[in-house]
Amino acid sequence: MDNLIPVLVGLPLAGAAVLLLGGRRLDRFGHWLGVLASTASFGVGLVLFFDMLSRSTAQRPAFEHLFTWVPVAGFQAQVGFQLDQLSVVFVLLITGVGSLIHLYSVGYMAHDERRRRFFGYLNLFLAAMLLLVLADNYLLLYVGWEGVGLASYLLIGFWQHKPSAATAAKKAFLVNRVGDIGLSVAIMLMFSTFGTFAFGPVFGAAHTASQGTLTGIGLMLLLAACGKSAQVPLQSWLGDAMEGPTPVSALIHAATMVTAGVYLITRSSAVFNLAPTAQLATVCVGAVTLLFGAIVGCAKDDIKKALAGSTMSQIGYMVMAAGLGPIGYVFAIMHLVTHGFFKAGLFLGAGSVMHGMNDEVDMRRYGGLRKHMPLTFVTFGLGYLAIIGFPGLSGYFSKDKIIEAAFAHGGTEGWILGTAALVGAAVTAFYMTRVMLMTFFGEKRWQPDAEGHEPHPHESPSTMGIPMVVLAVGSVGAGALFAWNSSFVKWLTPVTGHDEGHSPLSSWTVSGITFAVIALGVLVAWTMYGRQPVQATPPVGSLLTRAARRDLLQDDFNHVVLVGGGQHLTRFLVYLDAKGFDGVVNGIAAAVGGTSGRMRKLQNGYVRSYALSMFGGALVLVATTLLMRAV
Amino acid sequence: MSVPDTVHSLWTVAASSTTQTIPTPHIEYGQLSPMLAVFGAAALGILAEAFLPRRNRYWAQIGIAMAGLVGAFVAVVVLAAQGYAGTKAHLAAMGAVAVDGPSLFLQGTIVLIAVVSVLGFAERHLEPRSSTGAPVDAFAPQAATVPGSDAEKSAARSGFATTEVFPLTMFAVGGMLLFPAASDLLTMFVALEVFSLPLYLLCALARRRRLLSQEAAVKYFLLGAFSSAFFLFGLALIYGYAGTVSIGGIADVVSGTATPTPALANTTANDALLLIGLAMLGVGLLFKVGAVPFHAWTPDVYQGAPTPVTGFMASATKVAAFGATLRLLYAAFPGVTWDWRPVLWGVAILTMVVGAIIAVTQTDVKRLLAYSSIAHAGFILTGVIAMNKAGVSAVLFYLGAYSFVTLGAFAVVTLVRDAGGEATHLSRWAGLGRRSPLVAATFALFLLAFAGIPLTSGFAGKFAVFQAAASSGATPLVIVGVLSSAVAAFFYIRVIVLMFFSDPRPDGPTVAVPSAFTATAIALGVLVTLGLGILPQYFLHLADQASVFVR
Repeated sequence: MDNLIPVLVGLPLAGAAVLLLGGRRLDRFGHWLGVLASTASFGVGLVLFFDMLSRSTAQRPAFEHLFTWVPVAGFQAQVGFQLDQLSVVFVLLITGVGSLIHLYSVGYMAHDERRRRFFGYLNLFLAAMLLLVLADNYLLLYVGWEGVGLASYLLIGFWQHKPSAATAAKKAFLVNRVGDIGLSVAIMLMFSTFGTFAFGPVFGAAHTASQGTLTGIGLMLLLAACGKSAQVPLQSWLGDAMEGPTPVSALIHAATMVTAGVYLITRSSAVFNLAPTAQLATVCVGAVTLLFGAIVGCAKDDIKKALAGSTMSQIGYMVMAAGLGPIGYVFAIMHLVTHGFFKAGLFLGAGSVMHGMNDEVDMRRYGGLRKHMPLTFVTFGLGYLAIIGFPGLSGYFSKDKIIEAAFAHGGTEGWILGTAALVGAAVTAFYMTRVMLMTFFGEKRWQPDAEGHEPHPHESPSTMGIPMVVLAVGSVGAGALFAWNSSFVKWLTPVTGHDEGHSPLSSWTVSGITFAVIALGVLVAWTMYGRQPVQATPPVGSLLTRAARRDLLQDDFNHVVLVGGGQHLTRFLVYLDAKGFDGVVNGIAAAVGGTSGRMRKLQNGYVRSYALSMFGGALVLVATTLLMRAV
Repeated sequence: MSVPDTVHSLWTVAASSTTQTIPTPHIEYGQLSPMLAVFGAAALGILAEAFLPRRNRYWAQIGIAMAGLVGAFVAVVVLAAQGYAGTKAHLAAMGAVAVDGPSLFLQGTIVLIAVVSVLGFAERHLEPRSSTGAPVDAFAPQAATVPGSDAEKSAARSGFATTEVFPLTMFAVGGMLLFPAASDLLTMFVALEVFSLPLYLLCALARRRRLLSQEAAVKYFLLGAFSSAFFLFGLALIYGYAGTVSIGGIADVVSGTATPTPALANTTANDALLLIGLAMLGVGLLFKVGAVPFHAWTPDVYQGAPTPVTGFMASATKVAAFGATLRLLYAAFPGVTWDWRPVLWGVAILTMVVGAIIAVTQTDVKRLLAYSSIAHAGFILTGVIAMNKAGVSAVLFYLGAYSFVTLGAFAVVTLVRDAGGEATHLSRWAGLGRRSPLVAATFALFLLAFAGIPLTSGFAGKFAVFQAAASSGATPLVIVGVLSSAVAAFFYIRVIVLMFFSDPRPDGPTVAVPSAFTATAIALGVLVTLGLGILPQYFLHLADQASVFVR
């Protein structure tokens, strides 16, 4: 059964190869081939999952060694897979949501000339992402890590004819490189410390390494996670990544790839558990990002960018939970999965709205769509209730647990983190209610576009509708299913470990407070956007609002500090090179040339002076030889 | 006894001992066969010059020279195969000649150099034919005629050729074969003179720019005689110190294991004699290798001499002189290493630095190569100073590698010509790569080898000597060597840039098409340069096996 594991990766990889190399003759049915590869992979994932379920806890992790990639003395790069309780969760999420989104894309991309290529890229992404979560060592994980980066780049820039898309793809790629360097440095540190980068040996030997090394590895892994998961300070690419087709935003930039950082931290729990400083940095990054994303989400009028801010914020929750250590790992992953459902659903809903609205993304041009798109309204609404944490829905189970774990962290830190999480929950409720109200409620505000076409909002085709319904079901039920009898906690504990912690507040108290702040957020949003009509043109807004519209000045900061700093540094280096190094080099050259010119005058052509120089030389030679003996 | 009485008794003793018999010297002809073959060819050449009609001499001389050289090479190989380079190494001819690894290795190298050189000497396609239609070579039609005189013109018209260059070369080669093999200082001195005198003559024999050529010959002769005097004086002092001129005997006295001759009891083991004598012997040898401050003759002579002779001189003389230096320092004076080593350090540093720096401003390609040869002498000295087995093998390797690059480079110089003969001014070489890519690329390869770029023999050689020097603790010397190499790389690469990245001059020189002789010489140069660069291991191993001196 274990030899099925490579098939998980192989199916979408083969799909990608066929679709990308097959040429135009595949244009007619290529998209269905993509869907098939993805669904088949999901099927294999299910088989493996049930197989694992049938085994006892100790027997569950499965390993499959494929071949040795680079065998060089002490450096043994293996291509081997590890399917344990953690990987299988990811496999099902990636292939499950992935298949739904493949299906959705069949409808969404129906009129795109390059649809075959789009499905090729989607398959490529699945293969890379599966490789990432199935690798049994960091080097192979890195291959998958780079692979998803490539797929993300290709898909963000899929509509490369739009300069904004091309730029966004480049931006995502560049920012991700920073994180990738973190991962490569972490791998090098591991290799130089432990002599290997395979999970088992590294985790087994982690306690032998010095605190400094572990902190270094932890911080580098965190940097990697920040890049891929759009966490502060490497968050700037995610908003722009919404230039890609909406299914891409749903699959890659909401449900799966951006959670790779959380996977990395959770997978490396053995390292982080021993590096408190790295953990502290992780919770700080998570807490800051969850507020940052939420604030940005409040100010955006572009529905996808509002959702992107939300994604950033929700991943902030996960990163924070992962940084909390054993009390948080399980809930980080649980929130990751539930978020995968409801955020993918929300994005697909947004895509459906755009589909019906001539690709309009400005929510101030929506309004009252619930009458025109009832299915989208219902599924989107269920996703909305799930994300704000409405009791009984998915988000309630996972997010409340994270807030509880934050308090359980203990001490002042615990209070600060818990409070941040609560504020985040309130703001989440606010901006999601805002999105909901501006899109589906109130009066219609849409206008003819530049060419005079009046949008005719309509429900999307069934290829788009079915995935939305399935994801809505997941948004509603997944949380309860996981929480039932603590099944999810029990499932993952063998891999990540679990610790209840000692929350200063009881579970019910936390839930109560959370519900209260969520209600407050909803109420404020309703006051601003429900009770009074939404203006078609955005108001000037407060200083914070204006800053939030500019993504809290992230690009300005990067431009001034990094781009400007970089330019100053290069100018300084060019100056140093021209005046300093070249000066020294040219100076030496001039000195050599000058010396040469003077010395060649000694070569005057007179044999008498040659003889004299020989005689002088002989004298010096004799004298020196005698002198050497004397001293 | 008073002083006159002592003198008288010496006389009388000498006179009265006529009854004593001198044992017939035992000569191992077989072991001396490489030298005998070459000297035989030289003597035959003289006879041919005397008795053959003029028109037959050219081919006859080439045949005789080649036969002698090939015979010598075969003899070297046979001797080496018989084990004389290793276990059977010993002193032949009553202790006058050492037949050992370094001797045979260097003799083999010199013979091969001579083969390539004779090919160059035999080239008759480059100069325009004489009015009689006879092809002419690079040498003066009649050396004794006054430059510019009517006699010279008539000799040139008649298509005369100085075929004496071949026997002269053979004598020089014979001396060079003996020089590094000489196992006593007197034999060494005789060998020095035997190979020097023909070289002085050869330098004077250029067909073009004869005055420059003769000036060079006179300078070389005067300074060479001056240096020989130093060598001879040093020899006398060493005899005074050791009471013997044999290499092994000197070494024994230096190490204190020999019983001194009673007649020389007053001077034996007087260290002042030893040190002054050693330094003066050093002057003679350092002059021949062209080390600073005894280098002044090099550029003038290299420039004035006929280019094929320059190539021969630059390579073969260096090999022979370094061979003798190695024998002297490693076999005769290893006991006073700590006295001469610091001095040689200074000489090596000065040689590398001065050679490299002055070369930077040279405008004549032959003078450029002369200064480059000075710098290379410095690099080789770093290997000599190493004073270990690796040092010997590195120097042997370097000499072989360097010689063939030099021969090739000077052979290319003979090809680039204009109406006045060879166009040696560097500015005339501008854009040569556009006009004659093959010749320019060949020259560029030799320059890169001089500079020591990997995949050429120059790199392997430099690496070997620097490694040997570094392993003996001469790290500062290696650093100076590497820095000098960097300076040297500048002027080598400048020539490459000039050839390939400048526009050709409209009145630029043409590249003459040589005969098979020069073509073979250049091809051999390229082959050895690349061969030793890409696969140096075999030759390094050979040099390593041949690096033990017999005393």
